[in-house]
Amino acid sequence: MTVGPILRVDNLTKVFTRKGQPPFTAVDHIGFELMPGECLGIIGESGSGKSTAVNMVTRLTDATEGTIILDGEDITHKKGRQLQNAYRKMQMVFQTPTESFDPRHTLGDGIGESLRNFGHCRAEVDRQVAGLLKQCGLPADFAKRYPHQVSGGQCQRAAIARAIAIKPKLLICDEATSALDVTIQKEVLALLRQLRQELSLSILFICHDIALVQQFCDRVLVLYRGSIVEEGIPNEVIRNPRNDYTRRLIDSIL
Amino acid sequence: MMKQPTVRPAKIRRDTVKARLIVFSILAVLLILCSLFSEYLTPYDPYLQDLSNAKAAPTAQHIFGTDRYGRDMLSRVIVGSRTSIFSTLLLVAVITVIGTVIGVFCGWHGGKIDTVLMRISDMFLAFPGLVFALAVAGVLGGGLHNAIFALAAISWPKYARIARSQTLSQKETPYLRAARLSGSGTVKILAMHILPNIIGPILVTSMLDIGTMMMELAGLSFLGLGAKPPIAEWGSMMSENRALMTTVPWITMAPGLAIFVSVMIFNLLGDTVRDYADPKARGR
Repeated sequence: MTVGPILRVDNLTKVFTRKGQPPFTAVDHIGFELMPGECLGIIGESGSGKSTAVNMVTRLTDATEGTIILDGEDITHKKGRQLQNAYRKMQMVFQTPTESFDPRHTLGDGIGESLRNFGHCRAEVDRQVAGLLKQCGLPADFAKRYPHQVSGGQCQRAAIARAIAIKPKLLICDEATSALDVTIQKEVLALLRQLRQELSLSILFICHDIALVQQFCDRVLVLYRGSIVEEGIPNEVIRNPRNDYTRRLIDSIL
Repeated sequence: MMKQPTVRPAKIRRDTVKARLIVFSILAVLLILCSLFSEYLTPYDPYLQDLSNAKAAPTAQHIFGTDRYGRDMLSRVIVGSRTSIFSTLLLVAVITVIGTVIGVFCGWHGGKIDTVLMRISDMFLAFPGLVFALAVAGVLGGGLHNAIFALAAISWPKYARIARSQTLSQKETPYLRAARLSGSGTVKILAMHILPNIIGPILVTSMLDIGTMMMELAGLSFLGLGAKPPIAEWGSMMSENRALMTTVPWITMAPGLAIFVSVMIFNLLGDTVRDYADPKARGR
């Protein structure tokens, strides 16, 4: 039996139209596959369309064109309850940890929100939240804290706990380490690596730092002005870039 | 010379704000209690006429004197507090709820409905408020209910505007997207995430509006478009006795003073709540 990809994206396109301005193509017919257990990195400069692409994959933005197939199921046009069910398989960690939690709710409320939505009772949710916090290297009493009471790194750990709460198959990290300083970045990456193994997660890792992608990902896509300009194993791409833009990107860092 | 170390001004400010908040809240609660239990607090029956003792000057028996029918003014002012304060609170509650619901809906939904509703609210905002309320109350006829309706009709757009802009500012925040990814539906997101985050400025506005609305309601009653005699209401009591203002001024002064004091208390409370809610005024 062959195993299909956990995520398949075909011809994904986003065109922004504004009155009085020419339409702007942020993402231009991109396609890729993510196999179970794989970690795929997407790199590119600001404005290259990385965030727009993940927003379409998570259906927070509607795609202009293309299909998104999550675990064999076309979710491109799903709405309401059906879309909510799709989120059981796909979760996301955001760039800004503190802002990704509601300032009026405790971290525990935030982490447990998906569990409550998918029918767990209060006591069960509390128990699981404590376990999740522990799994992500935070003390259980953090459930009672508010997002502004913890550091950025701790908040990002809590955000990861929230993302893995309903045991998704696919974890999308949208610049999940960009807002953290270097040492914390390393810790969070270590946590992601450990969780990936424990939960056999597939990860879509959006980043602008090619060095991180080199450490963390099995495969990398280089996005430039909305198109995929290069694809390959990170070390090979770095050693032997075929595209001009990729070369410039690597030269600017290494 | 070295500067003397002082207590940080932000802290002092915070402490005074807190003290003010406590004082004005107590005063407002007393006022509301007084209107709640008004019938037990009156020394005389506020509707009992005693023509032999009409237009009496303030004495120990009748602190505010009596009106032209010999009714005790103090009792009438106390009973009038129920009409005045309760209808004001009802009015403010109604416009806050209606305005917030419309504003949140517009901000969240966007599109054509948003445009239509916001243009309607612009139309209401373009009228001078009290004049429009006069016209509405005039068309509907007098009476307290119609006065409340008229004022509600012209006052909700302010709240809708605030709620809409607040909703728009919350709509694209990462935590709302996170909530959506957590499988929360629209209703849940609106009730659990948006509303708690936008309600602060709205409540401050409604606190500040209590005084204004009390004046406008009394104003409508004074013009004969609100509460009807013999119901004791401060605005209509002033109106009833205004012909006697030059000869027996205390009869108009009593309800006037009551309006002045309660508007002042609610305005000061509103101001304090605003200061308290303002994070810039908060000491660290």
